[in-house]
Amino acid sequence: MPKQGVIPDDLTAPFWAAANEHRLVIQHCTSCDRLQHPPADKCAGCSGLEFDWQEMSGRGYIYSYGVVHDGPVRMLQEDQPFNVAIITLDDDPDIQMLSHLPGTPPGEVPVKTSVRVIFEDTANGQKVPEWRVVE
Amino acid sequence: MKYVEAVPEDIFRSEEGLGVWEHRGKVVAIGIGHAPTARRWDNNPETCVGAISIYALRQAMVDAGVDPSHVDGLVIDPVTSTGADWPRGKPIPQVMLDRWEASDDPLDGLTKNSICWLLKNMPELTGIKFAMNASNCMSRALVAAAQAVGEGETHTCLVLKAWNNFEGRYYHGGANDDGSLPGSAALAALTNLWGTPACYATAMQFNEYCRKYGKSHAMMAPFMENSRRNGLLFPEGYWAQHRPEELRTEDYLAAPWIAEPANLFDNDLPIMCSGAYLLTTSERAPHLAQPPVYILNHASSRTLARSIMPTLEEVEADTARTGRKIYEGAGITAEQLSFENMYDGFSLFHQFHLEGLGFRGVGFGEALDFYQTDISIQGPNPVSPSGGNIGSGRSRFWMHTDCIQQIQGRAGARQITGIPAEVGVSGGPMPLGGNFTVWGEAPD
Ligand SMILES: [Zn+2]
Repeated sequence: MPKQGVIPDDLTAPFWAAANEHRLVIQHCTSCDRLQHPPADKCAGCSGLEFDWQEMSGRGYIYSYGVVHDGPVRMLQEDQPFNVAIITLDDDPDIQMLSHLPGTPPGEVPVKTSVRVIFEDTANGQKVPEWRVVE
Repeated sequence: MKYVEAVPEDIFRSEEGLGVWEHRGKVVAIGIGHAPTARRWDNNPETCVGAISIYALRQAMVDAGVDPSHVDGLVIDPVTSTGADWPRGKPIPQVMLDRWEASDDPLDGLTKNSICWLLKNMPELTGIKFAMNASNCMSRALVAAAQAVGEGETHTCLVLKAWNNFEGRYYHGGANDDGSLPGSAALAALTNLWGTPACYATAMQFNEYCRKYGKSHAMMAPFMENSRRNGLLFPEGYWAQHRPEELRTEDYLAAPWIAEPANLFDNDLPIMCSGAYLLTTSERAPHLAQPPVYILNHASSRTLARSIMPTLEEVEADTARTGRKIYEGAGITAEQLSFENMYDGFSLFHQFHLEGLGFRGVGFGEALDFYQTDISIQGPNPVSPSGGNIGSGRSRFWMHTDCIQQIQGRAGARQITGIPAEVGVSGGPMPLGGNFTVWGEAPD
C-alpha cells in the first residue's frame, strides 16, 4: 500500500531524515520540556520557539480507528477499504501518530493493544513511520 | 466606513468565568433571508454565489421591514467554498463579467464573497458605516455581529454566509491527486499520507464512544430519521425543495461507508445556498416587522487538540466547558432550554454537543439512548428541530434560522408543539472550535 511521496520542508526535515535512518523523533520544546506532534513553528504549550528532536522508543498503543472506504487520496483508493488508526506513544501518551496498521485486516483492529514502529517506503523513497500490532 | 478585515479574536467569549454577557437582551434578531438552494451551480450568473448572497440579504431586509438605506452594518463570512473548488487556471465566465460589477478579485461572487463586491452590486446599501469579515461559518459571523451591535459599532446589521458548490467531489483533486506531499502536509490532520476523509476524526471519536459506552452506529437511526423529517418541513432547505424523501432506518443503515463508522448520510450534502439575518438593538425592535428574538449570550470554544486529532476525552471535556460557558453568559440553567439546535454536519458529533449541554439531563454516553425516546417536534424534548444539515443540506446555518423562527412562532409545520419555544441554543461547527448563540423570547 504505497503512500504518496514526501518532500521534507524546513519544519519537518529532522523528522523525515530520522525516518530514513529508521529512527522515530518528535519535536521537543526546550523551554517547557514538552513534545509536540505534528511539528509546528511555535510551542502550543508556552509559545516557545526553540526546539530539539527527541528519539522515541518506537512503542505505542492503538487508541481508536476508522476504516476508510471512500477516501480522497487517489493513490490509496485501490487499496480501500483500509484501516487508519490513532496510535499514542508510550513515551508520551498525549502524542499521536496515524497508522494504516500493515498486517491487520480492515475492521479487525485490536484497540487498546500494543504496536511497534516500522519504517516503510513512500512513492518517492522517503521512509515513513508505520505501526504493527505486537503479537 | 469602518472596515475590519478580520474579526478580532478578543471579542469571543471563549473562557469560563466571564459572567453574564454584558449585552444580554440588548441585541435582537429580526429578519431572515434565504435564496433557493441548488445542488450545484448551473453556470447562470443569476444563481452564482454572489447572486444568491444578494438575494438573501435583500430578503432579510424585506422580512424585517427595514429600508436598505437604514442598514449601517454588514458582517460576512467571505469563504464560500464547499471543498469542490474552481479549477486552477480556468477562466472567469464572460457572463459573470457582463452581469456583475467586478471588484479587484475576479473570484468574488464566483467562489467567494467580499464586502467590496457586495457593496458594488447592492447600491441600495447607502448607509453602511461598519463592515467586517468573520470566516469560516455563520456561527462565527453571527457572534461577531451580535458583539458589534452590542458595542454600538452598528445598530442595524446584516450578517451573511453563503456556499458555492461546483462539479467534483468534496476535497477530491488538488494535493490529493499529487504524487507527493510537502512534509508538513503529510503529517497534518486533514490532508495527510494516510488519506483520511474529512469525517475521519469524528468517525474515530464515535468509534471510541461506542466502545466506551457500549453503543452502536445503528442507534443513530432515530436521530437521522428525525432530522430528515424536520428538514422536509423546512421549505428553505435543499431536501424539501429538491428531494422530498424521508430517510428511513433501513436506508440509513444500508448506506455505503465513507470512513466507517461514518456513512454517506452521516456526511452532509454540499449545496449552493445562502443565509442572511438582520440584527438590531432591542430599542429599535418594536418598530420592525417581526417579533424580536433576544440574543442572551454567545460563547466560543478555542481549544486545540493536544496532538493530531481530538480524542473522545478531549471532546467531552471541551463540550462540557462549552455548555458551562453557554449557561453562565446567558444567566440560565440547562432546565431552561426549550430545544437545542447544535450542529450536525457530521451527524456523529451531534451527541457530543448535546451531552456537553446536558440537554434534558443527558450525560456522557447517554445521548444515543435518549435518541430512542421521543425527540420529535411534537414532544417535550425537541432535538434538532431545524433538522440541521442532515435535513436541509450543508449550510451550517439552518439551526440559527430555526431558533429565530421557533421563538418568533413562525416555524410553520416545524413549529415545536410539545413545549413553548422560549429559549434555544444553536452553534458549531466542531465540538472543539465552535461558536454558539443563545436565543430567548424575552430579554432576561
Ligand atoms: Zn513549550
